[in-house]
Amino acid sequence: MANKKNRVKVNAEGRVEEIKPSLIADAKRNKWLILLCLPVIILLIIFAYIPMGGLYMAFVNYKSTTGIFGSEFVGFENFRAFFSTDAWIRITANTLYLNALFILFTTFFSIVIAIMLSEVKNKMFKKITQSVVILPHFMSWTIVALFSVAIIASDGAINQIIRTITGNPEAGIDFYNNPMAWPPLLVCLRIWQGAGYGSIVYLATITGIDQEIYEAARIDGANRWQQIFRITLPLLKNTIIMLTIMSVGKIFYGDFGMIYALVGNQSQLYSTTDVIDTYVYRLLMTADNLGTTAAIGLIQSCLGFLFVIGCNKLAKVFSPESALF
Amino acid sequence: MKMKQTASDKSVSIVFYGFITLFSIICLVPFILVVASSFTSEDAILRYGYNMWPREFSLEAYKLMFSTPKMLYAYGVTIFVTVVGTALSMLVSSACAYSLSVKSFYYRNIITFFIYFTMLFSGGLVPTYLWIVKYLKLTDSLWVLILPSLVNPWNVLLLRNFFAGIPESLAESAKIDGANDLVILFKIILPISLPGLATVGLFYALAYWNEWYKAMLYLRTEWKYPLQYIIMQITRNIRFAEELASMGGTVTENPPAYSSQMATAVITIGPIIFLYPFLQKYFVTGLTVGSVKG
Repeated sequence: MANKKNRVKVNAEGRVEEIKPSLIADAKRNKWLILLCLPVIILLIIFAYIPMGGLYMAFVNYKSTTGIFGSEFVGFENFRAFFSTDAWIRITANTLYLNALFILFTTFFSIVIAIMLSEVKNKMFKKITQSVVILPHFMSWTIVALFSVAIIASDGAINQIIRTITGNPEAGIDFYNNPMAWPPLLVCLRIWQGAGYGSIVYLATITGIDQEIYEAARIDGANRWQQIFRITLPLLKNTIIMLTIMSVGKIFYGDFGMIYALVGNQSQLYSTTDVIDTYVYRLLMTADNLGTTAAIGLIQSCLGFLFVIGCNKLAKVFSPESALF
Repeated sequence: MKMKQTASDKSVSIVFYGFITLFSIICLVPFILVVASSFTSEDAILRYGYNMWPREFSLEAYKLMFSTPKMLYAYGVTIFVTVVGTALSMLVSSACAYSLSVKSFYYRNIITFFIYFTMLFSGGLVPTYLWIVKYLKLTDSLWVLILPSLVNPWNVLLLRNFFAGIPESLAESAKIDGANDLVILFKIILPISLPGLATVGLFYALAYWNEWYKAMLYLRTEWKYPLQYIIMQITRNIRFAEELASMGGTVTENPPAYSSQMATAVITIGPIIFLYPFLQKYFVTGLTVGSVKG
């Protein structure tokens, strides 16, 4: 115990304070702990930090023969090249508005599902339906894409419904040649896949609300709508802000897995579905000016980083409990 | 005191039950369609389309699939990657998470930030790709599906939160008895953290099982493709056929028959759906415990 005494001191206000040990002293005392976290540190250095260093290639005219550090340094030339293409506005706009739609709709439906599940009194019904609505989240987008073929093909479910309603056997949407049909389709698939899963955290928050608040409201004559809008929703505020910050922080990252599995290389659909990540992937596959491609990645990472920090600052201003760090 | 439900409250109940039921059905229908179609004869699908119930029961699609070496290999690859990957991931993650949960470890906050930072910033696709292909030379090796995914920062921090909830006195008393941290981790911490380990293990296993992006980027040999990537190729072929047909062309390479497509989907999602009822509670606890703060 003597060892422990040396590590703390009593400060002027009479409070116990931890003394900052030297790196070596701490390492000696905790050699097993350092050994235990070493594999993770090494793996992160190899697969996360070294590629970060590789972002230097955004500033060179990359040639595969000379490698990253042997290629000619060109400053911001790669960035200029990207912003002089027609594609950059399209892919940035698509990434932002698709993600905005996803965040808006999945958050809305997650909250709706959570509130409804919390109001349902039948335990069995609640348990079964909750399991069912979470299930789609565990399907990969490749599976969803395979399912979706049956839905959006020329003789798929949607077109059969349209034909039945209109009575016109020629009617229907040609999804593979109609870019305008894709944003709503992607949003629907996203709700199908993510809303149930998203409701878990909201439901946990609602379950944690003190039941006496509702009891008191009922005695005062509040009906269920009033209880939902005056009690449940305001108490969900922090959770909503926290989860929204987390998704807004990722707004510059297109969902490659989803878009590529569903849309693939169909250039006639790019106008509404091509996002930064699918664009970068195509450039990489054609090995077309990798310096520019890396520059796009660097912009994306920096904006993403600033966005998380910025959103977190905002959260601290509006509701301190919902800040991430 | 129980209040009597007013008429409006009752109608609220009906709306809620109705909406939840509807959404659940929408969530389930694709699964039922796929399973039913996989057990339907090809003829029946061509004549009547997909159905919620097999019109003409047939196991043809499954027989065909299990006699295709490509599919068997794919299943083997997926199982190998999932089992080996999850085991290794859990080993390194729980070891690291434990060290981060020990409060007397002064530099744990720096290490936590080191891990957390990789969630905020990344090198992006191009440097990662070149690094793995040109320098690590992992192209066309099954390890490329495992090594880069071994550490998921979120999962490590989630595990740390689980471990941090364990009373310190347990480890303290073992330490007084002379046990080192390795012994404490394996003999004390891990055995009492089974629910937490199950949760994180499931997140890892699911990520490995559903992996296809890395297979698409780095694998070149067909027999090494995991199931998910085979599914991806099937979808691509169907699309291609549909596109050609809409432009009036003829299809040179036929996509696999409808029932086979569906059978492939069934064996891919089968294990998840089969295990799901037993494991679902862990996902829910994992998400609610794991409000990770940096």
